[in-house]
Amino acid sequence: MTATVPAAPRVIYQRPARLTDVSTRYCPGCGHGIIHRLVAEVLEDLGVDGRTIAVAPVGCSVFAYEYLGYDWCEAPHGRAPAVATGIRRVRPDAFVLTYQGDGDLAAIGTGEIVHAAARGELITAIFVNNGIYGMTGGQMAPTTLVGQRTTSSPTGRDVRAAGYPVPMTEMLAVLPGVAFAARGSIADPSAIGKTKAYIRKACEAQIRGEGFAVVEVLSNCPVGWGMTAQESIRYLQDVVVQTYPLGVLADRRAGAQSGAARPGTPPGTARHAENRPAGQEA
Amino acid sequence: MTTVPPPVEDPSFSLAGTREPPRRVLMKGNEAIAEAAIQAGCDAYFGYPITPQAELLEWMAKRMPEEGRAFVQAESELGAINMALGAGAAGARVLVSSSGPGVSLMAEAMSYMAGSEVPMVLINVMRGGPGLGSIGPSQSDYFQAVKGHGHGDYRVPVLAPSSLGEAMEMVATAFELAEHYRTPVIILADGIMGQAMEPVEQHYRTPPRQTASWALTGADGREPRVVRSLHLAPEELEEHNAHLQEKFRAIAEHEVRWAGERLDDADLVIVAYGTAARVARTAIARARAAGLRVGLFRPISLWPFPSAELAGVADRTRGLLVVELSAGQMVEDVRLAVAGKVPVAFEGRTGGMVPSPDEVVEALRELDATGSSRRARRVRRRPPIPVSGADHMHPHEPMAEPETGHDALSIFGDDAWMPHWYTVPVPTHPTRNGRGRGHGRNGSAERRRGDEGGTR
Ligand SMILES: Cc1ncc(C[n+]2csc(CCOP(=O)(O)OP(=O)(O)O)c2C)c(N)n1
Ligand code: SF4
Ligand SMILES: [Mg+2]
Repeated sequence: MTATVPAAPRVIYQRPARLTDVSTRYCPGCGHGIIHRLVAEVLEDLGVDGRTIAVAPVGCSVFAYEYLGYDWCEAPHGRAPAVATGIRRVRPDAFVLTYQGDGDLAAIGTGEIVHAAARGELITAIFVNNGIYGMTGGQMAPTTLVGQRTTSSPTGRDVRAAGYPVPMTEMLAVLPGVAFAARGSIADPSAIGKTKAYIRKACEAQIRGEGFAVVEVLSNCPVGWGMTAQESIRYLQDVVVQTYPLGVLADRRAGAQSGAARPGTPPGTARHAENRPAGQEA
Repeated sequence: MTTVPPPVEDPSFSLAGTREPPRRVLMKGNEAIAEAAIQAGCDAYFGYPITPQAELLEWMAKRMPEEGRAFVQAESELGAINMALGAGAAGARVLVSSSGPGVSLMAEAMSYMAGSEVPMVLINVMRGGPGLGSIGPSQSDYFQAVKGHGHGDYRVPVLAPSSLGEAMEMVATAFELAEHYRTPVIILADGIMGQAMEPVEQHYRTPPRQTASWALTGADGREPRVVRSLHLAPEELEEHNAHLQEKFRAIAEHEVRWAGERLDDADLVIVAYGTAARVARTAIARARAAGLRVGLFRPISLWPFPSAELAGVADRTRGLLVVELSAGQMVEDVRLAVAGKVPVAFEGRTGGMVPSPDEVVEALRELDATGSSRRARRVRRRPPIPVSGADHMHPHEPMAEPETGHDALSIFGDDAWMPHWYTVPVPTHPTRNGRGRGHGRNGSAERRRGDEGGTR
């Protein structure tokens, strides 16, 4: 009998270091958890964990700081891009991320996201579009689909009264300050893989100083949509993507084909970081 | 629980290389205050244009990038104040400035900053309200600053300068207070202070930084930090509120500021802050010449209000006259402070009008004669008559002195200069009930446009 020496164990899958080991406050089947994990994996891969300052929204993910072990600043509802701007301008060596819902980014915070994008602010926005105000009980959002029932559109969104869904990421994509804009989804493993690749590109755009980047992630809200988790995933796959097609919406990164990217730190940014050796901070 | 963090130098913000400014120069209020902030170590400024504070933003637009500091002209005051929230949370020394309509938009984030204990200094160069109101000087945002501003149980220190020199020193003090107590601080200036030019002695001070122990820098080799005001569990929020309240008590105990003038022999005392205190000073000189012994009590911290100090002064007088560029706001705190011990009369103008020293003297006479607070709430209503011809003057040309009467700048002294487009109407002949004749430095011409009645 020949003795076999067991090979050294090789880790093929594990919890990202910054994804905290707690049970979340999210409803069963909610997509926020998947998106948190994608963010944690990408930032770890890129090696920016230790210099990340993230901005939490007001929405179901307001507690994101409990689940992702970065430095966090809480922003008033919708103002995360402005808060992130303030952080990035005084700590140009930080990696700055906003994590925002669709009510947060596409309704009350429309002004802040548009102008952060227009300035080409070196921040990355993760935009979780579940087409609804999850946290306040499932009311209609600007992103709610035509005909979709919510607690504040009880007979379905009627375009005569409530207008049409806002294609926020397409609107942002036209701005020259936007280095990268894409829309992914969490509906199935293949979509999740693509979404992770988008998030990675959006983060790299910031690291390389190429401009503002946003990834919209189509997510579900089984509770707000009045569905089971499985039904909500099917709805995402079959219905939601009809209004919000997946894919890259703008790529002006320096390596990309058509580019308006202007790498570098903008004027009006605190200069101190240039002279500061890494790790000198308190 | 540590109410007050110990001062720790933050090595990540270095001011090495800040340009040394000239010592005594003629500067416009807004610009002098802006430069004082830079010299006091301001790392970041965020703003949005609004009269009468726009020059502060313009000065920062030029000087901050020059010094390698952060500057953003935001998309709105919402944007500006939330940028300030982010930069403050990241440990930077942050200044924001605006005027009434913009400050109203900032209320939400101010409440977040108070709750999440983010230091920041907000300068409100007050203009007439409510609503779009006027661009004239005013003190009608006293309630807004002192009584809360945003939602929730909180207070912020409020400082009111009455001269440019004092305003410049105050910016450094405000940064110090903001960082020491981890709180937003408001400086209440007004349109006259922002617009007038005065010769200023430039004695700058750069307080040491105190944010390093908690600021967001990235969680590298330490526990993550979270700057937040959310405490969803009621017990937890109550505990956090108790901590805030203890801090507010410490501020109320240690940070009362006021100045007294000619109080020793005063029978009557004027209580006034900011520009109103300068009107009062002129009025006191005239009243004394006419045989009335009048002193000045000038609150410098509006919150904490110098209540005990004022009550002590009131004990030795026969009455107080509160003078404000408002319909009567601080007067409520004065009445609370003296608790009915002496009569408290009020003299105020609103809408961008400034009370004349003679009006104030008259109010003093009445208080002296009746010893009562019959003038308890007297807000004059008297339209100004613009000086004809002034509209055609070049914006940067000093105005010719008006032929007759009092003018607003006399409260600033001979060296001061006011841009012609800035409306500071002051009645020339105050009358008790008739319509006095007044004049503006220049009617209502809008800056750089010269057309009537526009708004900015
Ligand atoms: C100024 C203000 N208005 C309203 C609210 C109430 N509010 C909290 S969360 C929320 C909607 C969040 O929806 P979304 O951004 O889509 O996030 P989700 O919960 O769906 O993830 C609202 C309206 C608030 N906190 N602040
Ligand atoms: S309400 Fe919707 S978005 Fe919020 S946690 Fe529940 S499922 Fe998720
Ligand atoms: Mg939502």
